[in-house]
Amino acid sequence: MDSAVSMPLGEGQVAFHRRSGLLDALARRRTVLITLALIMVAWQLGPRLLALPTYLLPPPSTVLMAFLEQWQRALNAAWITTTVMLGGFIAAAVFSTVFAVLIVSSQLVEDAIQPILLVFQVVPKIAIAPLFIVWFGFGWIPETVLVFLMAFFPITLSAVAGLKSADPDILDLARSTGASTWAMFRKIKLPQALPEIFTGLKVGITLASTGAITAEFIASDRGIGYLLLEWRADLNTPMVFAGIFLISAAGLLLYYVIEVIEHVTIPWHVSQRRDISHA
Amino acid sequence: MHENVTPGAGHGSPASIVLEHVSKTYPTSGGGWTEAVKDVSLTVRQGEFLSILGPSGCGKSTLLRMIAGLLPVTQGRILVAGVEVKRPVTDVGIVFQKPVLLEWRTVLENVLLQPELRGADTRAFVARARDLLVSVGLEGFEDSHPRQLSGGMQQRASIARALVNDPPLLLMDEPLGALDALTREQMRVDLEELWLQSSKTVVFITHSIDDAVLLSDRVVIMSPRPGCIDHVIDIDLPRPRALAGRKHEGFHVAEEAITAIFLERGVLQRSRGLTAAEIARHTESSPATRRQTVS
Ligand SMILES: Nc1ncnc2c1ncn2[C@@H]1O[C@H](COP(=O)(O)OP(=O)(O)O)[C@@H](O)[C@H]1O
Ligand SMILES: [Mg+2]
Repeated sequence: MDSAVSMPLGEGQVAFHRRSGLLDALARRRTVLITLALIMVAWQLGPRLLALPTYLLPPPSTVLMAFLEQWQRALNAAWITTTVMLGGFIAAAVFSTVFAVLIVSSQLVEDAIQPILLVFQVVPKIAIAPLFIVWFGFGWIPETVLVFLMAFFPITLSAVAGLKSADPDILDLARSTGASTWAMFRKIKLPQALPEIFTGLKVGITLASTGAITAEFIASDRGIGYLLLEWRADLNTPMVFAGIFLISAAGLLLYYVIEVIEHVTIPWHVSQRRDISHA
Repeated sequence: MHENVTPGAGHGSPASIVLEHVSKTYPTSGGGWTEAVKDVSLTVRQGEFLSILGPSGCGKSTLLRMIAGLLPVTQGRILVAGVEVKRPVTDVGIVFQKPVLLEWRTVLENVLLQPELRGADTRAFVARARDLLVSVGLEGFEDSHPRQLSGGMQQRASIARALVNDPPLLLMDEPLGALDALTREQMRVDLEELWLQSSKTVVFITHSIDDAVLLSDRVVIMSPRPGCIDHVIDIDLPRPRALAGRKHEGFHVAEEAITAIFLERGVLQRSRGLTAAEIARHTESSPATRRQTVS
């Protein structure tokens, strides 16, 4: 208390704002936690009341018990799926960004590629997946390729949009200083593009988990996707639920990792978004 | 390339600008051509404050961009400080209608963008940047981010950014166009003061007759499309006059002369005419208005 009083006014104010922000966030979280709790209770009681058999809709307690019985196998599979997800996603993130830079830096590349890119984007990637088995056989290669393809388009398209979003006036101003193309890219275009790039990355990571599971459905003998099929065949619905939870948790975790990186990289944008959402 | 890298070195004399039969045609999407600027010849003297005044779309921005070397001329040639413009002029400060500040930089960092892009040691410019921010009225906002500033304050920051390298030439494209009337009034005063304190040639684009008359040594009036020079009017009023100028007889003479030109060209139009009955009806039905009238 005493030390707080002796703090310079500025610092005290900052601390105060931060704390009230945290309380705010908790208060808003509380609403959602209550909703979740209610859903869990309904889910726990519902199947009993309606006398639904376990293989149709197991209550959460049954799911948990089933999971505890083979948690090692499940976690192992989830880990495999997550690495595939992450591998394909990181490859897509790197490749997309480089690709986007190429597209915006050359009119020729843009004219040659952009229309094809748009057409390819609407092709359902999952429909191509069987081809990957023909080309790459079973295992991590076709899986990673599918994840890569799923994540590639949203990241590329948003990176292109972002790299083009700098105001032409500020670019003219930069030209009038004799700045090099590289300096204009690094100091103006790239920072301006980061918010859009992060939006693309977040869409990409959600699609990556869909891609990984789908790939394991059709081209793998391991991972959560593969186990989901096995469990379903055994009518082990509780484990199907457990698997879905595990892989969703992994996706959510990766999504948050991206959000944290975003907070660190472009605090100016994140705080602006908060200003708007509070207004 | 980076010859102007010391702060406040004062690049000798302000720049002169010569335009010789300059024209600009844009291709239109329909496959035709738009003649935006037609046969403009003009000399801007060293240290002069010159306004280019005209209605929207008459080619003012096009002209300014050609002077800055940001847009190639279709015909004619432009000399800045005696050198023909073939690529972006670098010895220049530019202010646009939008402040276009970088939102991830503080106000001070935005001002320092100029020397930074020129490859200069920005530390050497910090003191000058801070002084400039004080003189444009942004003291205490050096570490704020643009979104925390009003439109007028952002535009002040962008003026400081244009001045930080002490360029001999300042090109301004409707810098006050997006501001409210009061802020605009204040900015005129500050702008005139900044110009009087330094020795710079200023080309100031506006569609405000007030801006033009209160600030400039000469006003170039452009006619609507294709943009060409219609009249050049000398404004010979004592300075500083951005605020007090309206009291002078010369101010009204100049405003009337310009209004007359715009009326003649159809840029401004007189009221279609009211009948005596209409006027009478209005004055009778609003006694409140009449009472407030200064007699
Ligand atoms: N990049 C462009 N391409 C085609 N036409 C343009 C372009 N820029 C301006 N114009 C046309 O040239 C004319 C003059 O424009 P501008 O110089 O912006 O006028 P002002 O600044 O006086 O409003 C307008 O008719 C406008 O439509
Ligand atoms: Mg304009």
